Amino acid sequence: MSQISIRGVKKVYQKTEVIHGVDVEIEHGEFVVILGPSGCGKSTLLRMIAGLEDISAGEISIGGQVVNKLEPRERGCAMVFQNYALYPHMTVKQNIGYALKVAKVAKPEREARVMAVAESVSLVPFLDRRPGELSGGQRQRVAMARAMVREPKVFLFDEPFSNLDAKLRVAMRAEVRRLHRDLGVTSVFVTHDQIEAMTLADKLIIMNAGNVEQIGRPTDVYNHPASRFVADFIGSPAMNLFDGEFDAEGEFLYGQGGRMSVPQLNGVRQPGRKVVLGVRPESVRRTGADAHGAIPAVVDYVEELGASRLIHAEANGSRFVAVDTETAAITNGMPVHLSVDGAALHLFSAEDGRRITH
Amino acid sequence: MIERSPYFDAFTYAVMIIGLGLVVFPFWVVIVAASQSLQEVSSVPISLLPSDQLWVNLSEAWERGGLGTKMLNSMIVSVGVTIGKITLAAMSAFAIVFFNFRSRMICFWLIFITLMLPLEVRIVPTYAIAANALMPFQAILDVTGLTWLVQTVSGVQVSLNWNLLNSYTGLILPLVATATGTFLYRQFFMTIPDELVEASKMDGASAMEFFWDVLIPLSRTNMLALATIMFVSSWNQYLWPLLITTDRENFGTAVMQLRFLIPTMNGTPDWNVTMAAALIIMLPPLLVVAFMQRWFVRGLISRDK
Repeated sequence: MSQISIRGVKKVYQKTEVIHGVDVEIEHGEFVVILGPSGCGKSTLLRMIAGLEDISAGEISIGGQVVNKLEPRERGCAMVFQNYALYPHMTVKQNIGYALKVAKVAKPEREARVMAVAESVSLVPFLDRRPGELSGGQRQRVAMARAMVREPKVFLFDEPFSNLDAKLRVAMRAEVRRLHRDLGVTSVFVTHDQIEAMTLADKLIIMNAGNVEQIGRPTDVYNHPASRFVADFIGSPAMNLFDGEFDAEGEFLYGQGGRMSVPQLNGVRQPGRKVVLGVRPESVRRTGADAHGAIPAVVDYVEELGASRLIHAEANGSRFVAVDTETAAITNGMPVHLSVDGAALHLFSAEDGRRITH
Repeated sequence: MIERSPYFDAFTYAVMIIGLGLVVFPFWVVIVAASQSLQEVSSVPISLLPSDQLWVNLSEAWERGGLGTKMLNSMIVSVGVTIGKITLAAMSAFAIVFFNFRSRMICFWLIFITLMLPLEVRIVPTYAIAANALMPFQAILDVTGLTWLVQTVSGVQVSLNWNLLNSYTGLILPLVATATGTFLYRQFFMTIPDELVEASKMDGASAMEFFWDVLIPLSRTNMLALATIMFVSSWNQYLWPLLITTDRENFGTAVMQLRFLIPTMNGTPDWNVTMAAALIIMLPPLLVVAFMQRWFVRGLISRDK
């Protein structure tokens, strides 16, 4: 039986519907990341699980119990907020222990539990300080400790690392991963950072404009994006996408007179149907002029990444991004030849953006 | 604007000194007059130098005005009003800011509008209520015919009466509603981030627990600032105590007592005693402001988070 079950959940503000019916099952002990651009409804969904927003339609159950009408405190969830939301006038110890104090846990037990949690996130030296005297990373750890001390059934994270700098973010990511491994508590984590999502998630939920676009393991989502939106959103640099159609000979026509022969797509080609062909930059390579299927292109600019570089080029009126690991000098405006790995192609319908499977 | 030139400095100092002189001069006159004998204070032109009769005048004023009881009364009333105002203001602002009920904007505006109705304007109806605090209920019973019904059925004449005249309740209760305080609290509560409210909800705190454990400690400076203003204004309250107190001996306040220490047309013009009494009476608010000043400024201007 799944731990959290979300069935047909909708959210309506005044008259605008912002979440259009979401169905998700979250298993016990799973780490689920909800990923999407800002305004896609991911935080709203999380807040509905937490009980901070009313559920306009549908049903959410936690541990087999429908929680639609339950107060936040009765749901057994703990939440880590984006801006930490620590009580500024309380010490770290009081902040962590507040939930226990409200729950009327006896003082000795409370102190012991606060101590244990503080140890697990290395906050013991700071217990008597106030949030104002702590750094961002320490405040974040207090926020996590405050969530952990209640021993909740579910952890909810609402973009918790968006105020931290890049290095600290990586460290906190590792910390969250470790805590999840140690505690094994079901966790729902909302973020707009795809690297965070890919590295943390057991299961990834991609949301867009109030709809769930795809649910799956991070590698599945990366390798088999279910829609054009997911293909575009996941992966950095973003996937090359070409609008076009197949002709009677089975060649893909795109841009201004561009032709690509794609024998790998034999089964799904429908001549005349508008489609979108996608290929990840790492499957586009620089090649010799005489290679089979080489596409002549002109380099627009090059992004140096250290271990590799990204070549932004133009061919047949379409833009290509290719990952290049060679070191030969490339200058802007230089003609190059690109080849596309036919085995790594993604095909989407141009009408609804859904994947055309092959 | 920062400007540094000797002329400008001299000018600003001059302005400040004139301002200070205007504020301090009346106090100086009070102190001087309070220290002079009857002859000295009656001489024309009056001397602006203090004399040696201060202690004599102070004890005379204390005796004649019965200021012991009066100061105590004033203290009870001022502290009562201050505590009442802060409690009521905090709770009503809490309701208005953190609860989403249908008529909350109407409630807020109703409270806000009373800013335009100072005590002096509503003093007659307020007096009527104070004379019988249950009068509105009596009126409701009369209008709805319940009085008649009860009388017909049981033969008992319903006549509600709760007289607040000549009581501390009467001196305090009508003054505890404060639009200013509610407004100040509302402004402060609105700076509390929503996440803090949500965090306390997730921690399982009820609304009242959030109020006590989070809002009240956070609004401490705010509260002290408000307390200072409210204490001073209720200490200085003159008209209401004068109106509601007929038993001046037991329930008179210090400020209204001052009126009876002013020399009458045909009496001895002993202004020195009057000034000595004024000196005694203005001491408590002065001390409160002096002690609270630090908080006062912080609470009204900046917010230490």
